Order: sequence, then structure tokens, then C-alpha cells
Amino acid sequence: MSLLKSREVVLGGVIVLLLAAIASRFPGFVAPANLGRVFTDTSPLILLALGQMAVILTKCIDLSVAANLALCGMVAALMDGMGVPMPVILGTVVVMGAGLGAINGALVWGLGIPSIVVTLGTMTIYRGTIFLLTEGAWINAHQMSDAFKAVPRQVILGLPVMAWIAVAAIAGVAVLMTRTALGRAFYAVGGNPHAAVYTGISVGRTQFAAFVLAGALAGLTGYLWVARYAVAYVDIAGGFELDVVAACVIGGIAIAGGAGTVAGAVMGALFLGIIKNALPVVGISPFWQMAISGAAILAAIAFNARRRDPGRIILKRAEVRA
Amino acid sequence: MTHSPQPGRVIPDRLTSPASRALKSWEALLAVVAVTIFLLNAWASPYFLDPWNLSDATFNFTEKAMIAFAMALLIVSGEIDLSVGAIVALASTAMGVAMGMGAPTPVLVAVGLATGLACGAFNGVLVARFGLPSIVVTIGTMSLFRGISYIVLGDRAFTGYPAGFAWFGQGYVFWVVTVELVIFALSAIVFAVLLHRTSFGRTVYAIGNNATAARFSGIRVDRVRFILFLLTGLMSGIAAVCLTSRLGSTRPSIAAGFELEVVTIVVLGGVSILGGSGTIPGVVLAAFVLGLVTFGLGLLNVPGIVMSIVVGLLLIGVIAVPRLISKLRT
Repeated sequence: MSLLKSREVVLGGVIVLLLAAIASRFPGFVAPANLGRVFTDTSPLILLALGQMAVILTKCIDLSVAANLALCGMVAALMDGMGVPMPVILGTVVVMGAGLGAINGALVWGLGIPSIVVTLGTMTIYRGTIFLLTEGAWINAHQMSDAFKAVPRQVILGLPVMAWIAVAAIAGVAVLMTRTALGRAFYAVGGNPHAAVYTGISVGRTQFAAFVLAGALAGLTGYLWVARYAVAYVDIAGGFELDVVAACVIGGIAIAGGAGTVAGAVMGALFLGIIKNALPVVGISPFWQMAISGAAILAAIAFNARRRDPGRIILKRAEVRA
Repeated sequence: MTHSPQPGRVIPDRLTSPASRALKSWEALLAVVAVTIFLLNAWASPYFLDPWNLSDATFNFTEKAMIAFAMALLIVSGEIDLSVGAIVALASTAMGVAMGMGAPTPVLVAVGLATGLACGAFNGVLVARFGLPSIVVTIGTMSLFRGISYIVLGDRAFTGYPAGFAWFGQGYVFWVVTVELVIFALSAIVFAVLLHRTSFGRTVYAIGNNATAARFSGIRVDRVRFILFLLTGLMSGIAAVCLTSRLGSTRPSIAAGFELEVVTIVVLGGVSILGGSGTIPGVVLAAFVLGLVTFGLGLLNVPGIVMSIVVGLLLIGVIAVPRLISKLRT
């Protein structure tokens, strides 16, 4: 575990250095209020990265999360337009997101189709469905009720509700990963599927659960996204799935499964969020963002590669205890 | 790729005759699907059977299929390259920069191909030399390559390519046969021979089925992997020349989403995403099927995004249905 810990320490150090470098020229960037804004702005990425982490831990990948987000966000906006009360909308997006995730999971679990193929397909299907629902029309701010738009922006104890939801999700997923049988099953399935089967864990069902979790978080984020930016259309969060995978990879979630922590995923998301928010402040064209995040992914996987054989982690821990 | 959804990955044994028969029937199925869609299109739209319309229809898949041939080899060997769309963008941007310096058409083409090769080599070194997983490497280079295009171009576009350059994407060899269609056919033949008739092709299958065993039997696994990434980069460069020539302009968003359609063509063509099996004729047929579907729907005024639903359903359906049937049988 010491290796794993050092991984998060390194990333934390990089983030602190990054903030220090920005602060040396633009001290306003590290003011608590601005850091709060950066965190709020990064909340959707954090929420999706938490779900993606569970999926990647089980040796799968979910490329449909951004399309899921967009579809659930659009459904939320449409329901608001029909005058559906807020609690019902919130319940619906979570259930619907989980359902879309369950479709991915069922195809992976029941038919054994590789997750990358399944989610490449569902990604286009989910996004296309938004078009079928709306015929490409936008839902703009003036078509949304005030209550609908207010929820994620409501400030409690200095942070908007959106940021608090991210905090709650971080805490919830951290407990799930480290304190529950399902959380340990995610690691076991990715670390060594054969051993997982012998210990009585169903690999397919665990992967299914990971997809449902990722889907539910994407659905919830869909509402938050649409309400915060007060607009819903077919292409919202286009290409966001790559940012989500990037956050996980930078955060040290091993793409081969079985290794990675909630802290890593969150810091990976924050790293990208800080860069995105700092570029305009530092005066670098926002067009640099894509290349920088690409370079960061490559640096992160090169760094990850030095960590050998993530499949043995659970056994090592057992050995230490024994 | 190290994706194995089930514990105890079954190594596909394609040497037995039932398996090879199944493989043949896959291509037969695709051919039937292609003919059916062709007839449906001819029945649904009076404009479909016009030779010039059909010639235009080939642009729906020629550029993507060129990349798909190289991608097929890569996926057979158990790797994947998600950066192909970004390579096209970067190669197109490099050609735009060269054009700005007054380069003539042959130099533009050379710049496009060289950029493709360089990008492929970059991916290849990271995967083959440093042993990094190709799926994340190419997600990273996908951002990096397209990101460089955005840095160079921002929200601008390169236009005003020389008149001679238009030949690659807009020219005709004779009657309705486009230059792109000829390049597509030639690359299909080259890659079919390479995969099915050379020892290099056999090593690609061997690596895809069991890279460790391949290494122990004396195959230079890393070198083959590197060459495959190089080939994918080269074909992306060729596709960039064709696409840039056809559009007559370069924007950083050029060829966005190509990687998904290319992978769809390859998987639809019967190449196992887990590696080790698949054929080039299957990929050719899949390219025709996808091209016919999108063109036919286009003639019926179906919007592009609805077509993408069809493509997505096709991708999942062609894999799910056979598995579902075999599951119900047992």
C-alpha cells in the first residue's frame, strides 16, 4: 500500500506546485472563494470520474457516460417544462441514469460483449435519442422554472449545492470502496478475475453494479449540468467521456483494473479542472487545454507503468495481515 | 488491449474447420445484408440507382475504410488506436501550414503522409517500446494531436489549397470511378495480401491470439506492434490527404469522431475486438454496409444523428445477436 499512497502524494504534490506556480503570478487564483469556484466547476468531472473509477476497477470502460449525462439532463429539462415537481425530476434522473448504465452492464454481463464495444454503441444511441426526443431543439434558460435552475446554485455554508453533492458523492463512494463487500469486489474482480470467482464473487454481476453506479452518477450530473448552465441540447458535454477517463488515468486508476483510489480519481479530476480554469487567468489561449490534458494523460500513464502488477494488491494485503 | 470481460479468457481457436466455416458465414451474412440494404435503398428512393449518386455515396466510407484496413490489423493483434481521427486532423493542419509556406501539391501530400507516419511512430514507441496499454496511450495522443491542431488553428481555418491538390478528393479516374475509390480498392488489396498471404500477417494473428507464445516462438512482437501503429498512422495520413482535398479546407475539428466509425467498421467486419481473428474482406463488406446505410438514410432525409443511432445499434446488434442465439441454444 505504501506504493499506492506515494502515488497520491505525488499527484497531490503536483497539484500544490501547479497552484503555487499560478499563485506566484496571480495570487487571486488561490483565494478561497476562487478555489471554491474551481471546485464547483469541476464537480461534474469529479462525479463522473467516481463512477468511471468503479467501472475501470472491474477491467471495463464506460464511454457512454457523457451521452447518458446529456440524455438525462434533457429529460430533466423536458419534465420541468411539463411542470413536474423537483423531487420527482431528481428521482427520475438518478433512476434513468442507473437504467442506462444497467443496459451497458447487462450487455457486458449477460452477453460478454467487451465494454468498449458496448459503450461505443450506446454512446451514439443515447445521444441520438436526445435528438429523437427534441428534434434538435434547444431548451433555454427562459423555458426552465426558477426552482429547476436554483437547486445546484443554492449556496450553503459558502459552497453551492452542486459542490456539496460532489463532496457527498466522494464520501459515499469512498465508504463504498473501502468499507463494503461490493467495493472490495470491484477491486477483486479487476485484480484477479479467476481468484474472484473462486472466492464466490460473480465477475459479471460486479461489473453490472459498476455500470449502474456510473450511470446513476451520470444521470444526477445530467440534471446538475443542465440546471447550472441553464441550457439543454443534443451536444452538451460532447467528448466529456474522454476528460472523465483522463481524470481517472491521471489519478492513477490502472486501466487494467484492480488498482486505484477515490482520492486519486478526485485529484485527477481536480488537476484537469485547475488547468482548465487557470489557462484564461494565466493568459494562455484556451485552445491549449486539449493538448495539455493529452500530455498529462501520457505523463500519467508513463508514471503508472512503473508500478508493477496491480493484480496482486489484495493478496499482498492479506499477506501482511497473515 | 487487456480487456477481458470474463475470467479465463478463451483463446479463439480459428484453426479448426467449424470455426473457419463460421467465419465464412459471417462474411456471407454481411454480403446478404449489403445486398438487402442496396435493394431496399433502390426501392425506397428513385434517386438511389443513379451512377453519379452511387459514386458520391462512396465518399461516405472510402476515407474511413482506408484507416479501417490498418486498424483491422491492429485490432487483430490485440491493440487499438483511438487517435486516428486526431492524426487526420494534425496531418491536415500540417498540410495547411505547408500550404501557407507556398508548398506545391507533391510536397503537401508528402507532409500529410509524413505527419501520419510520425504520429503512428509516436503511438508505436509508447506502446511497443514502453509497454503502455494502447487504449489509454491513444486516448492521450488523441487529445495531444488534436490539441496541437487547435493550438495552431484556434477558431480559424486553412483554405485555398492549390487547384492540383483537389484531384485526390474530387477527381475521377474514369467515368464515375473516383480517385478515392481507387485508393480504397488498392489499399484493400494491399492489406488483404499483407494479412492473409504473408508471414507478417500470420505473426499478427499469432500475437493477437497469444502474445507470450508468439514471443517464445521467435516473433519480434514489439517490432510487429510498432509497424502496425506506423501503418495505421500512414493510412490516417492518406485519409487526411483525401479528406482535406475533398473538403478544400482544414479546421481543427476535421474528422471528429472518425475513430468510432473506423472501429465500428472493423468490428462490424467480424474482427474480434479481443484480437486474434478477422479478415480484410469482412472489413470491406462492413464498409459497404455502413456506407449504404448512411447514404440511403441520407436520401430519405434522415438526419445524421439518427443515422448514428442506426450505426450504434448495428455495432451492438451484430455482436449481440449471434451471442444471444448461441446462449439460447445451450
